Amino acid sequence: MTTGPTAAARLPPGDLEGLDPTWSRLVSVPTDDTVRTFHVLDTMPEGDPDLTVLCVHGNPSWSYLWRKLLAALPTGTRGVAIDHLDMGFSERTGTVRRLGDRIDDLCELTESLGINGPVVTVAHDWGGPISLGWAQRHLPQLRGVVLTNTAVHQPEEAPAPAVIRAARSRGALHRATVDTMTFINGAFVMSHPRPPPEIRRGFLAPYETPERRHAIEMFVRDVPLEDGHPTGPVLDGVAGGLSLLANTPTLLLWGSRDLVFSDLYLHDLEARLPHAEVHRWAHAGHFVTEDADVAGAVVDWLTTLPGDDAAADRSSNTLDAPVSETEPLETTTLLRAVSDSARADTLAIKEMTGAGRSISFGALETRIERTAGGLRSIGVNPRDRVALMIPPGIDLAVAVYSCWRMGAVAVLVDGGLGPKQMGAALKAANPSYLIGIPKALAAKRTLRWPGQPISSVPLSTAPRRLLGAESDLESIASVGGSDVRLPGLDSDAAVVFTSGSTGPSKGVRYTHRQIGAQRDALMSLYDISADDRLVAAFAPFALYGPAMGITSVVPDMDVSAPGTLDAASLAAAADAIDATMVFASPAAIANLIRTEADIADEHRAKLANIKTLLSAGAPVRASLLREARSIFPNAVAHTPYGMTEVLPVASISLPELDEVGPGDGVCVGFPVAGIEVMIRPIDAHGELVAEDTGTPGILGEVIVSAPHARTGYDRLWHTTHLASQPSGWHATGDVGQLDDSGRLWIGGRLAHLIVTDHGVLAPVRIEKAIESIEGVAAAAAVGVGPVGTQQLVIVLERDEPARTSRLAPLALIDDIRAICEDVDVVAVLEVPKLPVDRRHNSKIDRTAIAAWAGNALRGGTLGTP
Amino acid sequence: MRVLVTGATSLLGRTTVAALLARGDTVSTMQRSPSGLDTTEFIGSINDAAVVDSAVAGQEAVIHLAAKVDIVGDWDEYITTNVEGTSTVLAAARANGVKRFVYVSSPSVAHSGDSIMGAAAEPADPDKTRGHYSTSKAMAEQVALAASSPDMPVLAIRPHLVIGVGDTQLVGRIADRARAGRLPLIGSGLALVDTTWVDNAADALVAAVDRAPSLGGRALVVSNGEPRTVHELIARITMALGIEWSPRSVPRSVAIGAGSIIERVWDRTDRSGEPPMTAFGAEQLSTAHWFDQTETRRALGWKPQVSLAEGFEQLAAHRT
Repeated sequence: MTTGPTAAARLPPGDLEGLDPTWSRLVSVPTDDTVRTFHVLDTMPEGDPDLTVLCVHGNPSWSYLWRKLLAALPTGTRGVAIDHLDMGFSERTGTVRRLGDRIDDLCELTESLGINGPVVTVAHDWGGPISLGWAQRHLPQLRGVVLTNTAVHQPEEAPAPAVIRAARSRGALHRATVDTMTFINGAFVMSHPRPPPEIRRGFLAPYETPERRHAIEMFVRDVPLEDGHPTGPVLDGVAGGLSLLANTPTLLLWGSRDLVFSDLYLHDLEARLPHAEVHRWAHAGHFVTEDADVAGAVVDWLTTLPGDDAAADRSSNTLDAPVSETEPLETTTLLRAVSDSARADTLAIKEMTGAGRSISFGALETRIERTAGGLRSIGVNPRDRVALMIPPGIDLAVAVYSCWRMGAVAVLVDGGLGPKQMGAALKAANPSYLIGIPKALAAKRTLRWPGQPISSVPLSTAPRRLLGAESDLESIASVGGSDVRLPGLDSDAAVVFTSGSTGPSKGVRYTHRQIGAQRDALMSLYDISADDRLVAAFAPFALYGPAMGITSVVPDMDVSAPGTLDAASLAAAADAIDATMVFASPAAIANLIRTEADIADEHRAKLANIKTLLSAGAPVRASLLREARSIFPNAVAHTPYGMTEVLPVASISLPELDEVGPGDGVCVGFPVAGIEVMIRPIDAHGELVAEDTGTPGILGEVIVSAPHARTGYDRLWHTTHLASQPSGWHATGDVGQLDDSGRLWIGGRLAHLIVTDHGVLAPVRIEKAIESIEGVAAAAAVGVGPVGTQQLVIVLERDEPARTSRLAPLALIDDIRAICEDVDVVAVLEVPKLPVDRRHNSKIDRTAIAAWAGNALRGGTLGTP
Repeated sequence: MRVLVTGATSLLGRTTVAALLARGDTVSTMQRSPSGLDTTEFIGSINDAAVVDSAVAGQEAVIHLAAKVDIVGDWDEYITTNVEGTSTVLAAARANGVKRFVYVSSPSVAHSGDSIMGAAAEPADPDKTRGHYSTSKAMAEQVALAASSPDMPVLAIRPHLVIGVGDTQLVGRIADRARAGRLPLIGSGLALVDTTWVDNAADALVAAVDRAPSLGGRALVVSNGEPRTVHELIARITMALGIEWSPRSVPRSVAIGAGSIIERVWDRTDRSGEPPMTAFGAEQLSTAHWFDQTETRRALGWKPQVSLAEGFEQLAAHRT
């Protein structure tokens, strides 16, 4: 049936940005009982490729979409990107081509192209179902599937995308797609940032006249939104056929700012392809190939594909997917300590907040068992994600351990992130449930955070309705349930979002085994036994008391704002359980010292019983720990070093810090038992080079391997991949070196290195030296100018802070230049207050300072960092 | 080596002559009026082909410093002195078999007044420059580099903001304005600016003569490689001179609009005659200008011998 304009296929203009004209070829293919001509980009028309990457575009675009991927493919890999018939520069057939026709077209085309060897398909938009249709018919040669912003099914909970519905309304469609450029241009509006003019020109090149745009309308008409649509059964067949891909490596790459294929479609595909690796870019839009490094992710992912022997093996028994049975949680469980019957009457958690509740281990275990059963009864399944937005205390412990007991994955989002980042974190993690205090549920409702709401506390009818929370932790416990199975040791236990000093917060995934290993590492490192009692003033560890089997107390403070812990509250908390250990952030300790005078006399004596003081979360100054001795006269202070992805990596005590003295950076002590630390050297240009080394004295990125290190970053496959070289290691992003004795010294963040024209400077050593100058409260060493010729700038805060930002006094500049004798300090600026990260309230935000200083020294407006 | 220095009356000219003499070169100079230097002197205009020819005759190298660095005058005058004058000297040098030619240029030949942070020397571009001085210097640099040949390699050296003891222009003017209480900072005064201590600039020109055979057709920016904020520079200079000065800020927009006085002092990249008074002087003073020196130091096999701190000490020692 001929319904539209016809025109022969042709080659694109030779000067389109980023497109190699030698890739273009026209291929005649027998189809429709005639011969049709396709335009394809083909990077290797001759020769015998190891692998062919078959790229399939959607609507409205063309093979131009894949130019960056084709250019990035390794030698030996053939890249083929097709233009569908009636699209791009392929023939205008004048026919109506539906999904089934297009799958047939693609099969005929690959045959004509002689693509007989291993293939990875890569597709975008409605190219997704087409490529999947092809894949299902070519399983023996299929090595992998990559899907970007596409769909195979309309999720039940989602109406068809508003954009598509609007476009489909009578009359509008033809106007938008054919008569005008509205539909094509609309697609660019969804790109972030909007592509530059030369790229837009490339995308629009084949669609300059209405005659050439006919198929854009036809593509939209082919979306089976209504019952009885002829494409409906074909699409259902493609969706159903995904089970055939259960053992095919699959990568889902997603731009989540897509008005058409929103995260809902990603989650639908994840459910259908549970083995898929996923990378979701929060900032990227529909044209994810334009907005994010899709090419880099695909090329790196190709290197992870199993060799051909394994592939052949797999395709022969595709349906026989072995489900890996992991060791059951059983005896090594995190809950073992909780369920130790000998300690049933021992105090587990004491709250200094609110009514001052407390709970014994026995009662805690009972609540956890009943709540876990109740969660199962109300429909929470193992592996479901449950966000927990509850301050540290009994309710949080009950919620976390109940999830762990029944196999749900706890999503923990640090309240210190602020509403915007918390929302972004929750959207990324996409929990099925959100258990929170009423304030969190209200925020969830207002800000449309995902997850079915559950209240942490009982609510009366009105607020319950308002917040949409059908149930609460108490009602769930009263429902109860039996026969709750323990999850596997290697199943996911938690996704943790903490504030990064760089960029948006990433979700870090942990298994039960890893969390158990972390608990064990901490217990052995600090010699923690059942007789210890912990003041948990540091958010992540407020949780661990029960798992360690020790009594813990939550002081009266806002744990997400560590600087709010005052000495009187701490002393009262220590007194309440006769504590032996305190875990607090440096900011909290600094505030303790400021408020020391408020400690009641009767509490002060109890503080003498503290034998261990732990402080982490940011570089801890020895001077701070020394000052803290007046509060904790008998405590040995330790500072573990680590990060959200792996903690602890190393640890050092105050006496040891005093013993090692000053050096190149901050000494964080010996790597803890069971962990391996290596250095990935950095050259004079700031590039990581050569082999990882354990040789002392070499500056480089610190990489670690530990049983308690994270699994990976959630829905950030590429980020995980890049941070996990070699496999099983974690690249910390910190720069440091080992000394002769094997202790680790940290010099700052890799991203904060100052790359001058005569080498690389790590900021911490310089900052420490400057902070030793009388009157300097804190200093940041940052680079301004282009990497490779950066200049060293010091930004500092004085004990008597400046009222406005300004050049430091010349005498102070002279002192600082004298200290940094081997490197020129071009400017010393003083500011009223150095910015610190919100969560720890103590980690200097060098990225922000460098940006501010760069602008000020360019001659821009001054302000404050 | 027999070397001719044109425009030798400026601070940089005199210092360069001294540096050449100190290492035993035979130096001649050429300028419009007697310099008082102990060298063979040719007096006249660089547009006077006959005088130029006699000055160049027998020289192995020419350092061409002479230029119109004024702030007034017609475009024609800039063309005559800076572009045509350079052509005249180049032609005479080629005709007389000179083996090396160093054209003293200005970093301003390659930029429009935007801030520069760590840039390398971009090609001269008269379409981008602002003001008669920079535009004519850019054209002259193009002429000079185009004349480079294996027989007579031509190298352009662009010293950035030369200062030194006895500098009546920059240092002298800062002193005058500071004493009169008329030396405000433009904007925050925190723009980072490269300067070149005059002895280092002179050494770089001498090194350029030596390295010219392998660097024909190149342009290199020269500075001390110690960018400082405008605020600190003024503070250091006034302190060295024993002048009380306290920073007082003038909003950038006001300064640009009014064509503040100090821009006369600061927006200058060559050291003879008056500095150019251009509309973007204030912008220059309130925007960063510092350059990547890696390639310059490698190519010239040169590095500054006098640090800024030592320079300021010299300034203090010589204060009158």
